[in-house]
Amino acid sequence: MTGQELIWRIAGGSGDGIDSTSQNFAKALMRSGLDVFTHRHYPSRIRGGHTFVEVRASNDEVRSRGDGYNFLLALGDSFARNPQEEAYYGNEEVKPLSENLHDLREGGIIVYDEGLLEDDEIADLNLEERAEENDWHVYPLNLREIAREHGREVMRNTAGVAATAALLGIDTSYFEELIQENMSGDVMEANLTVLEQAYEQVSEMDQSHDLQIPEPEGHDEDQVLLSGSNAIAYGALDEGCRFISGYPMTPWTDVFTIMSQNLPKFGGISEQVEDEIAAACLALGASHAGVKAMSGSSGGGFALMSEPLGLAEMTETPLVLVEAMRAGPSTGMPTKPEQGDLEHVLYTSQGDSSRVVFAPGNLRECYDQTRKAFEIAYDYQIPTIVVYDQKLQGELRNVDESFFDREPNGDPGSVLTEEEIAEAAHHASGKFQRFQHEPEDGSNVSPRSVPGQKDGRFLATGNEHNESGHISEDPQNRVFQMDRRLGKLDDIRTDLDENASHQTYHGPEDADHGIIVWGSHQDTVFEAVDRLNDDGHSVKALGVSDLMPYPVEEVSEWLESVDQALVVEMNASGQFRGLTQKEIGRFGPKLSSLLKYNGNPFEPHEIVEGFESSINGEELAANNMKYVPAAGD
Amino acid sequence: MSAFSAIGEDRETDRDEFTPGIEPQATWCPGCGDFGVLKALKQAMPEVGKNPDEVALFTGIGCSGKLNSYFESYGFHTIHGRELPVARAAKLANPELEVIAAGGDGDNYGIGGNHFIHTARENHDMVSIVFNNEIFGLTKGQTSPTSPKGHKSKTQPSGSAKSPIRPLSLSLTAGASYVARTAAVNPNQAKEILAEAIEHDGFAHVDFLTQCPTWNKDAKQYVPYTDIQQSDEYDHDVSDRQEAAEIMYETESKLYEGEVLTGRYYVDEDRPSYQEEKAATGEMPDEPLAERYFDEDAEWERTADELLDYHK
Repeated sequence: MTGQELIWRIAGGSGDGIDSTSQNFAKALMRSGLDVFTHRHYPSRIRGGHTFVEVRASNDEVRSRGDGYNFLLALGDSFARNPQEEAYYGNEEVKPLSENLHDLREGGIIVYDEGLLEDDEIADLNLEERAEENDWHVYPLNLREIAREHGREVMRNTAGVAATAALLGIDTSYFEELIQENMSGDVMEANLTVLEQAYEQVSEMDQSHDLQIPEPEGHDEDQVLLSGSNAIAYGALDEGCRFISGYPMTPWTDVFTIMSQNLPKFGGISEQVEDEIAAACLALGASHAGVKAMSGSSGGGFALMSEPLGLAEMTETPLVLVEAMRAGPSTGMPTKPEQGDLEHVLYTSQGDSSRVVFAPGNLRECYDQTRKAFEIAYDYQIPTIVVYDQKLQGELRNVDESFFDREPNGDPGSVLTEEEIAEAAHHASGKFQRFQHEPEDGSNVSPRSVPGQKDGRFLATGNEHNESGHISEDPQNRVFQMDRRLGKLDDIRTDLDENASHQTYHGPEDADHGIIVWGSHQDTVFEAVDRLNDDGHSVKALGVSDLMPYPVEEVSEWLESVDQALVVEMNASGQFRGLTQKEIGRFGPKLSSLLKYNGNPFEPHEIVEGFESSINGEELAANNMKYVPAAGD
Repeated sequence: MSAFSAIGEDRETDRDEFTPGIEPQATWCPGCGDFGVLKALKQAMPEVGKNPDEVALFTGIGCSGKLNSYFESYGFHTIHGRELPVARAAKLANPELEVIAAGGDGDNYGIGGNHFIHTARENHDMVSIVFNNEIFGLTKGQTSPTSPKGHKSKTQPSGSAKSPIRPLSLSLTAGASYVARTAAVNPNQAKEILAEAIEHDGFAHVDFLTQCPTWNKDAKQYVPYTDIQQSDEYDHDVSDRQEAAEIMYETESKLYEGEVLTGRYYVDEDRPSYQEEKAATGEMPDEPLAERYFDEDAEWERTADELLDYHK
């Protein structure tokens, strides 16, 4: 990051509109011509409890939540003050001001709502002294009062946004536009008045800070603000997915909701069903009948899908599953990100089963790899899994609209037409050979038919089966079928290497040290790498997004070129490092781990610190991370 | 031309067409009631004018799951208790398919009980044949959800403390629009009921009593049955839900005492099938979804055209 940046944190209670306010704030800044990125932190609780969202904005590219923040809008929690709080809202004390101050940067701005924060909370903080120490600029405002005077109390969010604009010199026309687009009638009018009044009041105040909004470059109408879940859903739709089945579970629910709301517009079907076993079975049934289908869940729900997953593999029925990770084990921390389900998605299901696993590293890869997941599933008749986490699910980022302007793909993959079935391989009795030992084109894919087609009858079964699909325990047949099914992974690796490798390289090619990352932390690592190189280190990074089949050659070549490599991931046991060592064992002594598993994603400075202490052989100062040295060290 | 020309093909079929030509001989035990289901199903197909290519048969696991090894059609032998969710999605994907699901009492009243309840509740247009022999057969004779109370098996050596499930009452309560019971020892009634169930537009549950001569010699499926439609003793209106509930309750109590009552218990011709309900909400495509992938003129919309404006 070379330019100026704003990291604006809005804090309050869940259900107080923090999320929607921050989304509009981010959208307004994006429209003004800035790059934006949001980070959400919320409890597993619908109303009340401490929640915050950060919006990072710059006139340079923003690729992660950044380090700390420099503007705090502390709104307070209206629900915690409900008279029935004991019964309905628990007795948790919510302190949006005190809970948030530790990450506020030097020179930062604090706006708090006098009307919503208790006097004793402010008194306890020793705010004046701390402000002086850290050069914080504190603005106690009565936002609730402004909102009440010109509208309703709930509009204090609008007043807070207006105050932000007045303090940072942001043009309020984008906020006005958004209010006009999203609201109507009296509510819209009142919000516009609150915006104007609050802006005027705060503009007239004495201002002591020098933080300003980065210079925007003018409205780029082609920018869209999306989450990873949006990108996954849109990738599926563009690839011709017209059937989804699911059961709600955080954070998977996001993709499921977006698909359910949009599929009918595209002539598709969405089914919310009784459990995750059913969800995966429905996707399998729809796919068997000839429709591109997907399902998904999060850790615990995905566990229920392991049987249908194996069935898809054995019957060679295409199936796309999404696994949106949250912190585990068991129900873990429902609203907190973690990359702890990697081994679960790689190895779940019995026998020598195989599946393809993609882990998108950012918004664009969410779209690309979901499309690829469908293409591979339907071409190779194999289950594919897109694994991402609550971080990519919840964060919003701007991307150019043209990125999505791709050809839609309604091709059902290796499905035959009736004319082709007539010409296809048949048993002497006339029976269609659905599962040929050696398909004619020399590949490991034996083309399939779909129920209702003339003379394409076959039996799909989870038992081992012969060429026409009937149950068989013949040893020779078993070996043929196993080899063919497992052989698909090699074919897919070759296909990906030649056409669509998803590994991302960052930093100087000849760097001495390396950092490897998978999934949602890719861009955070890349930002840290830039900073390390600016500080005189010699580091490059590799983001691995194809997990199974593993890109052995690419990663080997890269590891060959560095002295040592730090594997950064958000789990406690170093699962991706384990996978890498399993796949390319000879590099084990080069790999060490930087792990974080406290429920909060890495900030770039943490990776910088972790890297520095790893190469200096020093103990890690930060206690929210763990360093695990290379084997043999 | 349709991509699925077998569907609705106007020709006469013979029951022999539903016998696989080259596949293994049945591995059911001699005297197994499952032969009766197979026979009745094969005989019902020409009656309803279906050909093997337009029938999709989904099975669970166990002896009942072998049905599609001996029945010629598109088949999907799924996993224990899961044939219903796989089957109902195939029906949604292509409503013109004739979808039949078959499983045992373990599949549908035990491990897949949740799916059974919800498939009945939603009234998917399909037949669910439940092979009810009151025992787990292929795993060698363990107590099943329909085994009588006190039933002794290797896994419940002191006798089951559980009362058997009441399948007819269960599916009626859940929302099935056709509920019948028949028995392998009664081939003519079984054929008629299966044909009627296939033609019924909604979820048709057929509790099919099948004897297990190997593991469950005591079961009452061998005893003479009474057909409620043919007996003067019962003046039973199959469209009356309350009457159906009462007679089900009675028969389910008496089954284990040796009085076997079979026939149609409940037929609701008016309740819309799930796909009709879904169409009414505007979330069911007019044409079979599966057809679209074979249609060269199909237009595949891009998200860029439809959805991205919302995010600007």
